[in-house]
Amino acid sequence: MTASPVSLSQGRQPPLVAVRRVSKQFANGTLAVRDVDLDLAAGEFVSLLGPSGCGKSTLLRMVAGLGEPSAGSIDWPTAPHDASGRPSRDLGFVFQDPTLMPWATALGNVTMPLVLKHVNKGEANARAAEMLALVGLRGFEKAYPRELSGGMKMRVSIARALVTHPRILLMDEPFAALDEITRHKLNDDLLRLWEDQKFTAVFVTHSVFESVYLSQRIVVMAARSGRVMADLTVDAPYPRDDLFRTSAEYAHLCRVASETLKKAIAQ
Amino acid sequence: MTDSTLPASNVPHDGTDAEARPVFATERKILGIGVSAWPGILAPIATGIIALAAWEMIVRINNVPTYILPGPLLIAQTLVTDWGTLSGALWITLRITFAALIAAVTIGVALAVVFTQSKWLEKSLFPYAVVLQVTPVVSIAPLIIIWVGDINLSLLICAWIVAFFPILSNTILGLNSADHNLVNLFQLYGATRWQTMRYLKLPAALPYFLGGLKISGGLALIGAVVAEFVAGSGGNASGLAYRILEASYQLKIPRMFAALVMISASGIAIFLVTSYVAHLLLRRWHESAVKREN
Ligand SMILES: Nc1ncnc2c1ncn2[C@@H]1O[C@H](COP(=O)(O)OP(=O)(O)OP(=O)(O)O)[C@@H](O)[C@H]1O
Ligand SMILES: [Mg+2]
Repeated sequence: MTASPVSLSQGRQPPLVAVRRVSKQFANGTLAVRDVDLDLAAGEFVSLLGPSGCGKSTLLRMVAGLGEPSAGSIDWPTAPHDASGRPSRDLGFVFQDPTLMPWATALGNVTMPLVLKHVNKGEANARAAEMLALVGLRGFEKAYPRELSGGMKMRVSIARALVTHPRILLMDEPFAALDEITRHKLNDDLLRLWEDQKFTAVFVTHSVFESVYLSQRIVVMAARSGRVMADLTVDAPYPRDDLFRTSAEYAHLCRVASETLKKAIAQ
Repeated sequence: MTDSTLPASNVPHDGTDAEARPVFATERKILGIGVSAWPGILAPIATGIIALAAWEMIVRINNVPTYILPGPLLIAQTLVTDWGTLSGALWITLRITFAALIAAVTIGVALAVVFTQSKWLEKSLFPYAVVLQVTPVVSIAPLIIIWVGDINLSLLICAWIVAFFPILSNTILGLNSADHNLVNLFQLYGATRWQTMRYLKLPAALPYFLGGLKISGGLALIGAVVAEFVAGSGGNASGLAYRILEASYQLKIPRMFAALVMISASGIAIFLVTSYVAHLLLRRWHESAVKREN
């Protein structure tokens, strides 16, 4: 694992998303994000790691287009732009809570993005059912959210985010509320989906272990100031599994990330 | 992920999900109603029978004259003998009630939708809806009858005034209560206003709207009866309230009670029907209607 300068993008390809000197100040004066530079390369798995309140959610939401930066810009160099110059962001978003519509079945929830894009009903249902199967919920199409466990609801939420086959999947502490066994299982399934569907993954988390296990790159944000502290590269190859979780390499990587995070908190 | 790695649907998925799978237990039923539901039905019926029996006894033992307090048996008898006049009057009152309720639902929901589209409109109009709500309908009914002229339309308007506010305010609350993150998600997918309304806000508002409907159903009946009372002395209305007034002038107290029974029964029926509709619409997903097994 090596700490590399923040703005150095991988390779010569233009990044999928280029965050340039972005700051966000809320109406109440809170400076949630300060001067962040960040390139998200197509296909990579990046974790945003940092203590509570450091601005991870705010940054992620701005990347998604929910909330404008107060300063700086977030560009999508390779995405098509509409007449008014807005990029078509083509993304999926997973919140910390499953955020499902309680009146719709699992299938109904997953079809929603397609329905909004005017995909016809038959095709939308077929694609949603296929996506539900991919997240391990075959047979639960007709179940309502209240009939599902926390882990299963999260799977529905991920299926909904992926059903449009977005180029980038943004996740805001998606597994924070789950128990460890479920969390590990979902981490594995997420990695498998990522390898299979080849989207870019941005994963916000508090957990050093989770970020090391999942990502190729860990962006550590500093407490309160809303700045990027360090940009760590995780070299370990995929597929990763329980063997990786118990390896000395993993333990070492966790220690390095942990120490960086500690420094980030101390700042 | 290949198909071979997919869990079969009969295998627990997370290791923690096994207990969470929906199990639809079948309960033994008597007359189509589950065994556990019967005490809830029988208890109020038993209470009612005991109270009615006590009433009949008191009336008989004390020889209370029928023009002061008729016993339940006499009232029941009057209900049967006077059914011809009374049922006609009931029908007239119910017609106004339902027309008012339909108007309350259409106008209440439409206004609520318009208000959520424009905060500015809501701010300028909502206070007047409140004014309409807090003004006692008895006090404006005579004015409305004079202004409108047509008695049926006046009664309809009075009943509507009473019934429409709970629907309006509940629906506004419901439309604004959609999960904020879901609203964001719709925004991310570039949903139009209409799509957000149709697929997110209206379904989110449904439980609130139905709560309002339950209240408004009873209020529409009350509004219709009150307006009939006001109109009754001067107008040519022949709804139940008019029959009550008429019977009281003629000291036909049992008939008055019979008419009262019909009004209460109608109110109860409206409540039961609206509750049942709410139950049918919400039972799969809303906390208020789902059957808890723990
Ligand atoms: N809508 C808002 N208005 C005002 N301040 C806000 C708003 N949203 C967030 N903040 C503030 O911005 C800062 C960063 O918040 P943010 O939610 O981005 O942190 P976070 O890193 O996601 O924290 P956590 O890990 O707890 O989710 C916090 O100090 C928070 O209080
Ligand atoms: Mg957050």
